[in-house]
Amino acid sequence: MTTLTKQPGSAPERSRKNHGFKNQPGKRSRTGRLGDLKIALFFIFPAVIGFVAFFLIPTIRGIYLSFTEYSILGEPTWIGLKNYTAIFADELFWNAMGVTLQYVVLNIGFQTVIALGLALLMHRVAKSTFIRGALLLPFLVANVIVALLWFWMLDYQLGIVNEIMSWVGLPRVAFFGSEQWAIPTIAFVNVWRHMGYTALLIFAGLQSIPNHLYEVANLDGASPTRTFWSVTMPLLRPVLVLVLVVTVIGSFQVFDTVAVTTNGGPVNASRVIQLYIYQKAFGESDFGYASALSVILFVILALVAFVQMKFLKGNESDLD
Amino acid sequence: MTTSTMPRNHHSHRTSPSHKKPLNWRRVGAWVLVAAALAVTIAPFLWMLRTALSSNSALASNAGNLLPADFSWGAFKRVLGLQSTEEAIADGGSGAAINFWLYLRNSIIFASITTAGQVFFSAMAAYAFARLRWPGRNKVFAVFLTTMMVPPIFTALPNFLMIKNLGLLNTMAGMSLPFLFMTPFAIFFLRQFFLSMSREVEEAAMLDGAKHLRIFFQIVLPNAAAPIATLALLTFIGQWNEYFWPLLVGQDENVRVLTVGLSVFKSQSPQGALDWSGLMAGTLVAALPIFILFIAFGKKVVNSIGFSGIK
Repeated sequence: MTTLTKQPGSAPERSRKNHGFKNQPGKRSRTGRLGDLKIALFFIFPAVIGFVAFFLIPTIRGIYLSFTEYSILGEPTWIGLKNYTAIFADELFWNAMGVTLQYVVLNIGFQTVIALGLALLMHRVAKSTFIRGALLLPFLVANVIVALLWFWMLDYQLGIVNEIMSWVGLPRVAFFGSEQWAIPTIAFVNVWRHMGYTALLIFAGLQSIPNHLYEVANLDGASPTRTFWSVTMPLLRPVLVLVLVVTVIGSFQVFDTVAVTTNGGPVNASRVIQLYIYQKAFGESDFGYASALSVILFVILALVAFVQMKFLKGNESDLD
Repeated sequence: MTTSTMPRNHHSHRTSPSHKKPLNWRRVGAWVLVAAALAVTIAPFLWMLRTALSSNSALASNAGNLLPADFSWGAFKRVLGLQSTEEAIADGGSGAAINFWLYLRNSIIFASITTAGQVFFSAMAAYAFARLRWPGRNKVFAVFLTTMMVPPIFTALPNFLMIKNLGLLNTMAGMSLPFLFMTPFAIFFLRQFFLSMSREVEEAAMLDGAKHLRIFFQIVLPNAAAPIATLALLTFIGQWNEYFWPLLVGQDENVRVLTVGLSVFKSQSPQGALDWSGLMAGTLVAALPIFILFIAFGKKVVNSIGFSGIK
């Protein structure tokens, strides 16, 4: 026992057995303070390299570039806030923000409602792994593949969806090709891809709700609807908010689907913010402006996350 | 007394017809909804297969036919490079080619290198955060975690410039480096498992004079084989499907991956004359490795989703 506690790696804090020896004075506690620093540095070294080279430095550099004029040739020239003031007057930017917001609202709205429904179904009737796996399938396939698949199925002339619609007597719709349908269509495609995944996250939350609460509600004679609103929803709220944080932040960054299907068109109807950043940087070689745009996107995402996290924290106490 | 009446009440409750019927109908309705959801999920994949097995010229006149129109392996042959351009055009293809085998090789290399590096180096870091004691440990971990919030687009532009300045554009190294060392999520994921491991085996090994490297390789890694495999699987799928970064850095034919290759294939052919069966055959074959992985390890993926929800 004593020899055991003298070993440098035997974390006195975490092992309850060692609690009594924690305050021992002398050499052991001093090495305890530095602990395994040397070997720890060795173990985190590659991760730190990756962190500094591909997260930290790029973040600083991105902020710096946003204050410069920089085409990929030559050196960046400092121009202060010019990019930002230009962005505020840039109609295409406001259009891109509007389009992105429209996408986020449609995507998140439908996705959350459908996923919640699916999760309840999985929880109540269909617990099988096979069904869960099948629903997850679209999520495992690349965005590009999903986009191409739906681009084909929603084709104006040959797409099966329009074909079925004309059988039923509905007019054909140029899903990707009309200004009013482009964004709803892209939102729908991504709802299809993500609904099973989101449902699984919510399903995991449903399973953590203690069963006896349902039994009590049942004994009280509460109707299923009543039980849903007064037992399931309040207890599920933290999970729902967490799911929302993840999916909202993700959907603000929609790119693949748009780039493969409409490429921002028709006119500017589906030019989302990330596509606009991409086009500014690689289409027009305006890296300074593109960096300023991505700083703004970053700030928006941070705000969204912050607000949602506050909301999440407020609800966490409900569950405990 | 009360305990004996309770189950009887319960029993009669269940068998009484007035209660059973509405419950049953609700179940039927629920199963109909489940079936509908499954159909909506799976039908597009079947449509993909049906299109891939059709010939392009027949697709135009048989848009609504549920079976392959003019059944043909031509599209698959075309994608796999077994059909000449003339044959492809005769079959209604646009003549745009997809260098499938090269892109497949690139996808395999890219996804394997980044998965192996990311999981291994993240496991090392997770070991330091979970099993070693050093000052500032939790602060450094918190800093790592906050990078989870940084959107990829934000670092993508400066990273692109860095890769360009290093002369690594259109190289496998340039494509892999940003993914190679860590993601905050991978470290977080493994740290949770390492934290829950019993210290006793480790302490016994310490007495034997084992060093941390040996503990890491011979005790921690083997004991965490299951979560590591799950993480590797999720990472591999994510990397296989990655589009944005390879689009920026790996445009050149020699390093082009399947996702980029497919979008180039689509954009190369003139609008309205897309080689639909070729495109669907290509997407099917590109998704095949994921389907196989999923069939083999689907249960693992499904069960880990609840945990990985933090992303």
